[in-house]
Amino acid sequence: MFIPCGDSAPDLAGFTFLMPAVSVGNVGQLAIDLIISTLNMCKIGYFYTDCLVPMVGNNPYATAEEDSTELSINAEVYALPSKKLVALQLRSIFIKYKSKSFCEKLLSWVKSSDCAKVVVLSSSHSYQRNDLQLRSTPFRYLLTPSIQKSVQNKIQSLNWEEMEKSPCIPEIDDSEFCVRVPGGGITKTLYDKGCSKGIPMAVLLKFVSEGDNIPDALGLVEYLNEWLQIIKPRCDDPTESALPWKMPSSWRLLFGSGLPPALF
Amino acid sequence: MAATFFGEVVKTPCRAGTEDEEEEEEGRRETPEDREVRRQLARKREVRLLRRQTKTSLDVSLLEKYPCSKFIIAIGNNAVAFLSSFVMSSGVWEEVGCAKLWNEWCRTTDTTHLSPAEAFCVFYHLKSNPSVFGSCPKKSMQVTVLTCRHVTDYKTSEPTSSLRTPFLKALKTQSFRESPCCSLLEQPNIVHDLPAAVLGYCQVWKIPAVLYLCYTDVMKLDLITVEAFKPVLSSRSLKGLVKNIPQSTEILKKLMTTNEIQSNIYT
Repeated sequence: MFIPCGDSAPDLAGFTFLMPAVSVGNVGQLAIDLIISTLNMCKIGYFYTDCLVPMVGNNPYATAEEDSTELSINAEVYALPSKKLVALQLRSIFIKYKSKSFCEKLLSWVKSSDCAKVVVLSSSHSYQRNDLQLRSTPFRYLLTPSIQKSVQNKIQSLNWEEMEKSPCIPEIDDSEFCVRVPGGGITKTLYDKGCSKGIPMAVLLKFVSEGDNIPDALGLVEYLNEWLQIIKPRCDDPTESALPWKMPSSWRLLFGSGLPPALF
Repeated sequence: MAATFFGEVVKTPCRAGTEDEEEEEEGRRETPEDREVRRQLARKREVRLLRRQTKTSLDVSLLEKYPCSKFIIAIGNNAVAFLSSFVMSSGVWEEVGCAKLWNEWCRTTDTTHLSPAEAFCVFYHLKSNPSVFGSCPKKSMQVTVLTCRHVTDYKTSEPTSSLRTPFLKALKTQSFRESPCCSLLEQPNIVHDLPAAVLGYCQVWKIPAVLYLCYTDVMKLDLITVEAFKPVLSSRSLKGLVKNIPQSTEILKKLMTTNEIQSNIYT
């Protein structure tokens, strides 16, 4: 359930709700971190749930000593009212058999908050691509019927590729075709529920392998930015050489502590 | 998927923990009997609050029956040993209940003879001071959590081998106004499991809470690790609860010897 930080619940009517799926390479979550950090979004509340493994730590977006001591938990909500953006960040994995219940609770809350649309950032195993997918762009999108009318034209003008259907049961030759997102975590569940509940939802994903997934996250936010234009696109200013996306301070030491000098 | 040195292709675990396809397949093949088995397993794993001696359930929530202003939780053998020797040896503590839980990893079956090395949860209340687990309303309650972690979990730009263990770090909720008695846990370090669940709850519901985390390289019961918690004795939550530190140190030493397992590879 959503618990606001302040005394009253904020008004999210008409906002774009961004969220990650906990998926291969944690790309969606890294992308959301980039968005929250770059736009300096402010924490408006918690999505308190028993469906995620508990986790706490100090402010992952701290820029100075003063703001580094704010405690963060596993599911928090950030907002930027000037751009009508709200972002949910998930920082731990789902407890077994609880992911469906989480999707139910989350989507009910999003629906009751009257958000204009939901954008799910996700990823899928790159080794599961078919021959055609291997030769094309690694980015894909999915739209629920309720969002199609309003965004179809924009998406078509961007020349984006829709996520292809694949056999529902890969081992069976004449299996039916359906949307599958291997390694996508709750992506498929969110998409299916989005379709059945009439929620305007778009899923943006990238085919990735696990490793250093920071470049994948940067790719995914640029992909999102082509559509939503949350920051000024880089191509507008050819002199712009630095990365427009700000990496949060918590991205230090992603691959462990310092090495012992005795190793060398 | 990954290929091993010997040329086999194996399914590698995904760090995002996605077992979505397995769960979906299980859902498709699930029969009413499977669902019933799962329901019974979930009921068996529920946490139950009981009065230990009589094994009867506590009919109201513990904090309703014993509202308190200071709630101190020790998780893990070293933290429990610290609390037992320093805090609970001063004053008379009355046992008010225990939490019974079971999951597939439980090995302990004997509930009557507990030592800090066993994994159980027993609640005590200070008889002489009603404000500790006493009669103050929940709003002014302060929570203190003590636990240990292995030093290899601690991320720093220095090599782990150069760290002087054991050392104490703290995490506190926004409503906790006091200064903790050690430095705060820096990013990108995080805490999981029960201590995180308690602190997360307190942060969301605006309860002042502090977690004191001891990073050590000895996970079994160890005198030096337990003594690393000593700075916590000067905190507002524990001040006044500890009467005689030298006596407590003696009690701690005795606790260590009774728990020493004969380390002999021939037995």
